[in-house]
Amino acid sequence: MPKLNLSNYDTTHFLDEMLDENGQIRSSYTLFRDRIEKMGWKKLNFLQKSTDRAQLSLGMTFNVYSDNQGTERILHLDIIPRIIDGVEWDKLERGLKQRITALNMFVADIYGEQKVLKDKIVPKELIFSSATYLKECIGLKPPKGVWCHISGSDLIKGDDNQFYVLEDNLRCPSGVSYMLENREILKRTFPEIFEKLKVRPVNNYAHNLRDMLESLSPQSEATIAVMTPGAYNSAYFEHAYLAQQIGAELVEGRDLVVQDDCVYMITTKGLKRVHIIYRRVDDDFIDPLIFNPNSLLGTPGLFNAYKKGNVVLVNAPGTGVADDKAVYAYIPRIIKYYLGEEPILENVQTYICDEEADRKYVLENIANLVIKQTDASGGYGMLIGPKSTLKEQEEFKAKIKANPRNYIAQPMINLSRVPTLSEDEIQGRHVDLRPYILFGEDIKITPGALTRVALKKGSIVVNSSQGGGSKDTWVLD
Amino acid sequence: MLSRVADHIYWMNRYIERAENYARFMDVNFNLSLDLQPDEAAQWRPLVVTTGDWPLYQSLHKTVSKSKVIHFLGFDERNPNSVHNCIVYARENARSIRPEITKEVWEQINYLYYFVKEGTSKKKWENKDPRNYFLEIKKGCQMLYGILNSTISRSEGWHFGRIGQLIERADKTSRVLDVKYHILLPESVKVGSPFDLIQWSALLKSVSAYDMYRRKYGKLTAQGICEFLIFDKHFPRSILSCLTDVDRSLRSNSNKDSIYRSTAEKQLGLLRSQLEYSDINEVFETGVHEFLDNIQVRLNEVSESIFQNYFSVADHYKSENPLFSNNNKQVQ
Repeated sequence: MPKLNLSNYDTTHFLDEMLDENGQIRSSYTLFRDRIEKMGWKKLNFLQKSTDRAQLSLGMTFNVYSDNQGTERILHLDIIPRIIDGVEWDKLERGLKQRITALNMFVADIYGEQKVLKDKIVPKELIFSSATYLKECIGLKPPKGVWCHISGSDLIKGDDNQFYVLEDNLRCPSGVSYMLENREILKRTFPEIFEKLKVRPVNNYAHNLRDMLESLSPQSEATIAVMTPGAYNSAYFEHAYLAQQIGAELVEGRDLVVQDDCVYMITTKGLKRVHIIYRRVDDDFIDPLIFNPNSLLGTPGLFNAYKKGNVVLVNAPGTGVADDKAVYAYIPRIIKYYLGEEPILENVQTYICDEEADRKYVLENIANLVIKQTDASGGYGMLIGPKSTLKEQEEFKAKIKANPRNYIAQPMINLSRVPTLSEDEIQGRHVDLRPYILFGEDIKITPGALTRVALKKGSIVVNSSQGGGSKDTWVLD
Repeated sequence: MLSRVADHIYWMNRYIERAENYARFMDVNFNLSLDLQPDEAAQWRPLVVTTGDWPLYQSLHKTVSKSKVIHFLGFDERNPNSVHNCIVYARENARSIRPEITKEVWEQINYLYYFVKEGTSKKKWENKDPRNYFLEIKKGCQMLYGILNSTISRSEGWHFGRIGQLIERADKTSRVLDVKYHILLPESVKVGSPFDLIQWSALLKSVSAYDMYRRKYGKLTAQGICEFLIFDKHFPRSILSCLTDVDRSLRSNSNKDSIYRSTAEKQLGLLRSQLEYSDINEVFETGVHEFLDNIQVRLNEVSESIFQNYFSVADHYKSENPLFSNNNKQVQ
């Protein structure tokens, strides 16, 4: 059996999460490395192949947006886990709790008294010009004051071995089903390692999610529904998976009707009242009477039923205003403003193209920066300066000048690397981290995450739509 | 249960039943062809007539050959009823109701899906002997019935599934009998000759009835076979037996009193009791084809009523709702 050779494992130029700068193994990885070395290359490959098959048979597929063929693809799961030390995780958890608390207060304030604007912490033009700011939400008071029930920030680890928040996803981000299913698969792949290492379990998530949703309605036996755009949506697997895990109805907009400002689902025996909707349909599409009139995904009258307090929407509409990429730059100040605390987790330095000094810097240094469109996601609408051509840079400069509000820039960050199976050996690949946060009566963060990995050598784009894969994330006790 | 979900469960089961029937037909017909004169058209045309796909076949092909029929019924994506498409549609329906079914059911449907996808991409119809391929599909479907019955709660959804499955099964049994009887009839003078025995056995095998028929009747006769496939109370693929269970499931899903409420229940109940009070002599008096044709027409009426009564409830609520008045396009 060919021996697994980690002596060539290259850590130059980047922070590696398995080996430190002197090539010494980090303690969190010691046991794991010993085991896989004993296992050998052939066995690891075999396990990887079984994993691919398991994913197919579970139907863990996503549809590709740009592809009208309805092609389903698998989000490749690399079997080598990403291992995070417990102490480091605890700090991360404190930071995330602090951040989501402040962001929730911020959203409530924006649709309430707008003190943060009056005190000029955040420029009001920035908010009012945001496509995600919904004036229809002004004056809304969601149950228990919670707007951002379900969120998952994207974090990266820099050269200094610290986590930074790269993006806050406050509009029900996807991926949590992969966190849960990846763990189930890896428990089959490496049972003997789980026996030895104390990995914190993630399987309370569904239970906590159900509890959180139930806590939002005064009904003793509330009917909960997960609302999906339908089986052709790229995240449909997750919608169905979550509905099943929490015992909710999986509904599409066309399964619901609103009568007398109450929401009902259409059953074989008539109408049945729905009290709580965990909706995975974007704000714009939930109600054609209020928002996008062409939406076929929503239900006419839904927003009014929500406003009257007859149904709970999770997340509340309008939360997107706080994860606008331009607002992101202000979050450290937002945390300080509402909580009077220094941020525990730092932002990546961000240049706001709408501010003159920043814009000048960005235009002059575009070759060294990452440019992001403020209203795009999924790795689209992005320029990676150091990897771009002069022509692409000129195009982006023109776009920035034409519409500065739409762009921010960040320095190129060296994402950390984690050992990953490549064709014929184990090599470092760049990763990010998306932990999942539930906010109801209290805040619960599952000790685990979706680690997204850029499978192509040298690539830093981890998005599933662009050649990214995933890893199970082990938080040690 | 959501009315859209009930619709998907019904069709998921119908498509699986259809796929299993087609797979079995192919296997049996292939076996049969080995025993017959080498006239491919005479061997394979009746199969396409049985499934009701003959008009489409004619529009696609000028001649009948073994490989064309096997491709058309087994793999052709242009044929909405091909085994390939039935499995793909069954899985699409299953995907839409993922929370209603168990992981085991889902995994088995997925297995079948990838099996036919691979079969089609590897052009399995070019194999000299595709029987193993269809046998595997048949077994896969039967395994699925087992998993459905041993992991799904017998509540509304399960019953809608059973209704879909058994309406499809009754339809297929009646078609097989109808077509085969037609072909065999002119030869009826030769009943008992070796040629006929092969044909009649194949008919029984097409609906998995050979062994159970033999146990009960011993001897192969046209009358016995018709009686068994139409009226037998205990054989799970006889038309009456299917309708009896559809009736039970419809009743179980309606309110728990003894009244036949929906149009679907009334039509099905009537059809079932007419069969119960009929017998094989009446079939021959009416004419086998006319008798079976009447059953098929009325089965179609029942499925149309099931759609109206249970699956298209949404239209009713939306047409009365002022919020939808500007949005009629949304109503499907």
